[in-house]
Amino acid sequence: MKKVYLDHAATTPVHPKVLEAMLPYFSNKFGNPSNLHDVGREAKDAVEEARAKTAALINVKPEEIYFTSSGAESNNFAVKGLVQANSQKGKHIIVSQLEHFSVLHPVKTLEKSGFSVTYLETDKAGLVDPADVAKAITKDTVLVSIMHANNEIGTIEPIEEIGKITKAKGVLFHTDAVASVGWVPVDVKALGVDALSLSGHQFYGPKGAAALYVRKGVRIKPQIEGGIQEDGRRAGTENVPAIVGLGKAAELAAAEVPHRMSYLTSLRDRLQQGLAEKIDHLVVNGHPTRRLPHNLNVSMWYVEGESMLLFLNMDGVSVSSGSACTSRSLKVSHVLTCIGTDAAVANGTLLMSLGMGNTAEDIDYVIEKLPPIVQRLRDMSPLYEDMIKQEKVR
Amino acid sequence: MEQYSSKVMDHFAHPHNVGEIENADGVGTVGNPVCGDVMRLYIKVENDIITEAKFKTFGCGAAIATSSMVTDLVKGKSIKEALQISNAAVAEALGGLPKVKMHCSVLAEEALKSALDDYYKKKGIPSPVRISADAGHEHEME
Repeated sequence: MKKVYLDHAATTPVHPKVLEAMLPYFSNKFGNPSNLHDVGREAKDAVEEARAKTAALINVKPEEIYFTSSGAESNNFAVKGLVQANSQKGKHIIVSQLEHFSVLHPVKTLEKSGFSVTYLETDKAGLVDPADVAKAITKDTVLVSIMHANNEIGTIEPIEEIGKITKAKGVLFHTDAVASVGWVPVDVKALGVDALSLSGHQFYGPKGAAALYVRKGVRIKPQIEGGIQEDGRRAGTENVPAIVGLGKAAELAAAEVPHRMSYLTSLRDRLQQGLAEKIDHLVVNGHPTRRLPHNLNVSMWYVEGESMLLFLNMDGVSVSSGSACTSRSLKVSHVLTCIGTDAAVANGTLLMSLGMGNTAEDIDYVIEKLPPIVQRLRDMSPLYEDMIKQEKVR
Repeated sequence: MEQYSSKVMDHFAHPHNVGEIENADGVGTVGNPVCGDVMRLYIKVENDIITEAKFKTFGCGAAIATSSMVTDLVKGKSIKEALQISNAAVAEALGGLPKVKMHCSVLAEEALKSALDDYYKKKGIPSPVRISADAGHEHEME
């Protein structure tokens, strides 16, 4: 059976060149970078080379990069570490409502320990208004954290504009760029942020290696203590093979981003257009132009997301659903709630995220397979039946 | 999340008794689109025996599979027997459900009860059926 993987927002395959770079560090070059002998030195050099490549991808200095285990760890480290190290300045934090849970949950924890938090709304496209950030900043504000691109709807936030505001007001600014690094240009100098999270497995690197950029001179409190690694800011023996892989993935991304953008935008637009032509009552979520090139998030009325996902899976197509029924909480995605998607419609959401392994043929296969699935489920849906009856009355 | 049993997947992929019954003797609709599932169950009753049952469901894989199973279970049963069909029986007949999907079996039980309640009302007989207001959603968790 044909297999089409459209869930790159969940994870990407490790690029063959990345795997090749990693392999020696599982076996021959197994050293611990903290050791002074040659075996340790070899591993240390590899980690530092990966640090330089990761830094180059986002236009920062190598010593401003701290390796972590995951995007979630980077976000936790940034939010808690920056706030705790700078709490003498104030006790107020600003985030948007559509941040990833690895930002929102640490913020909630800080809120319980006495910090106050402003949760900014977005418009229907998922955009934060920089003017709202400016209005929310008080003398007590210690940190603003707004994601670069949203992982579900793909909307790219006006980080540069917000960065100018935080700089002028002297407030620390972190951005979660886990969803965007490797897919669109991410230049820290242009964005004007003090900290930025990224994750390797999101762009053809391995799981288990991620990074947090922290601008030189900015204080951050370690969240994992007890070791000298990462300049004493993140204890634990380095995951050397994975870090080497992240470095290689960063090197590939630095060379390929413009090509990735044009290739994926054209495939994504083909998918969006094909589905919109064949499926009525379909809504595209997110911003029409300011969004990730490989992201398509669509809601279809009168059908439920998990059912579509399961049927697509039977046809060999892997996608994500934004429906309440698949998450443990049985709640509709907080991102779709934030952009004002009707809760009933939000349950019929699919997130399709493309990658460089996808072809036009793959896209046409999905355009062929999904519409009959939607129709079949609608024929089974009491909501669709009611809608048809109401239209007849009219 | 736990995976679905092969029986659940079978009933989801090839659901039994999908559709409507014209002039049904009892119709029950439960659930809420906001919560992600709505079930509508139709029954035909002759001489106190349920001769036909059909459903329409908006919902996840488990919601469709439990709808299919409850309509299977109820066919040929007397009204009294049908009133005894529990959500646990529906889940068991499907080879079990993931914990987070047990509410779908509750919804199936409530859809059946709601259809039976409608049957009694249409007959002008006082209904012995008790249906909870938030049918199927008392198991929601944070």
